[in-house]
Amino acid sequence: MIALIDYGAGNLVSVRKALAAAGAAVFTPATPGDLATASGIVVPGVGHFGATRALDGSWRAALGERLAQATPLLGICLGLQWLFEASDEAPGLPGLGLLPGRCFLLGTMPRPDAPRVKVPHVGWNALARRAPSRLLEGIADGAQAYFTHSYAAPITGDCVAVTDHGGPFASVVERGLVFGVQWHPEKSGEVGLALLRNFAGLAARTS
Amino acid sequence: MLSRRIIACLDVRDGRVVKGINFGGLREAGDPAALARRYDVEGIDELVILDVTATLEGRRALADTIRAVAREIFIPLTVGGGIRTEADAAAAIDHGADKVSLNSAALASPALITTLARRYGSQAVIVAIDARRDGGRFAVYSRSGTTAAARDAVEWAREAAGRGAGEILLTSIDRDGTRAGFDCDLTASVSDAVPIPVIASGGAGEFPHFADVFTTGRADAALAASIFHFREKAVSDLKRYLAARGVPVRMV
Repeated sequence: MIALIDYGAGNLVSVRKALAAAGAAVFTPATPGDLATASGIVVPGVGHFGATRALDGSWRAALGERLAQATPLLGICLGLQWLFEASDEAPGLPGLGLLPGRCFLLGTMPRPDAPRVKVPHVGWNALARRAPSRLLEGIADGAQAYFTHSYAAPITGDCVAVTDHGGPFASVVERGLVFGVQWHPEKSGEVGLALLRNFAGLAARTS
Repeated sequence: MLSRRIIACLDVRDGRVVKGINFGGLREAGDPAALARRYDVEGIDELVILDVTATLEGRRALADTIRAVAREIFIPLTVGGGIRTEADAAAAIDHGADKVSLNSAALASPALITTLARRYGSQAVIVAIDARRDGGRFAVYSRSGTTAAARDAVEWAREAAGRGAGEILLTSIDRDGTRAGFDCDLTASVSDAVPIPVIASGGAGEFPHFADVFTTGRADAALAASIFHFREKAVSDLKRYLAARGVPVRMV
């Protein structure tokens, strides 16, 4: 069973539906203790980084325990940003800190040749593969996915796919069993379902 | 590079897709879920369900339509028409909509934009603006284009963005249903004035109209209904046409 954490950051109807379409059994944990039975964990979320404040110390501790037991974790959109140390959107509020780096506002990373872009970044954009990835297995390099966000994660050693909007950012991250996508697999057609199937497969293998 | 989006609009009345000419003379085009499935296969980037009934029976049918379409497709789904209150928006989202589109309700109560943006995020809130040329300006109309709202389209779009709208769906009443092309002046005026994406609507008839609205109109997305419904034009052919002219699009 994949645990889909509902911490009040956006509506989960679409994510739940897409995980089911990808063949995963899904439940929503009521308390951090409920994560004990999860074979995989999804942290979704749209909106302000401050919303992750709801994922308090007990959720962090429970997630840490599951990761130590080799349970795969997938962050989607705001969930990906939360995997990092912090975000300029809510300075002073720590992220989960599993991945080094600080999220930034799109268009603020200096790059002289970048054309002026609209923020939020809304729509379909390409995923340029940067490193081998289990999460992206079977998904073509350059495939397009649906984004809607204003802040993004930096490109670090954990970045496996890059997308460009007023400068490059990490659109897929992967480090061990910690995964993240800045885009919405539940809204990205066949590309998104393929990614969720890959994650469900990783969860099934480790349970 | 960010693709320009092609959005299909399903005007729905009592659970069936219809499409009017200049907001009148409705003619039928079919089953919403079947159309949604076809568009998804053809590579449509997004779908909008526009409720053109707003009767109580129509509302119940709309809930079923949203659920049926959301079951079929995994691309963004917007619901508009008849969203008057926070509860209407919540119901649409609970049935499977990713975004709601506010028109007359936002004009009557602009605070609703902020309320919904705080509850669901700006990405879930589209403000729809119906505008008509009025001298050198663009005047906003409410209630399906029947009532002058005494607002300027550019100024209202700016206010809507400031209040938390995530996108503007901009319809030219003059062009709607005419197939004479999008109003590129209107679209460019609004697109240049706001930091959020603008979806151009009204007047799509031929492939060059889309190329025009993405270049001179500076639209981020273009919406059409009837030219797709009746299989006069395939979405995949449109995208090939645009790609060949250097407009970035998603090919499937």
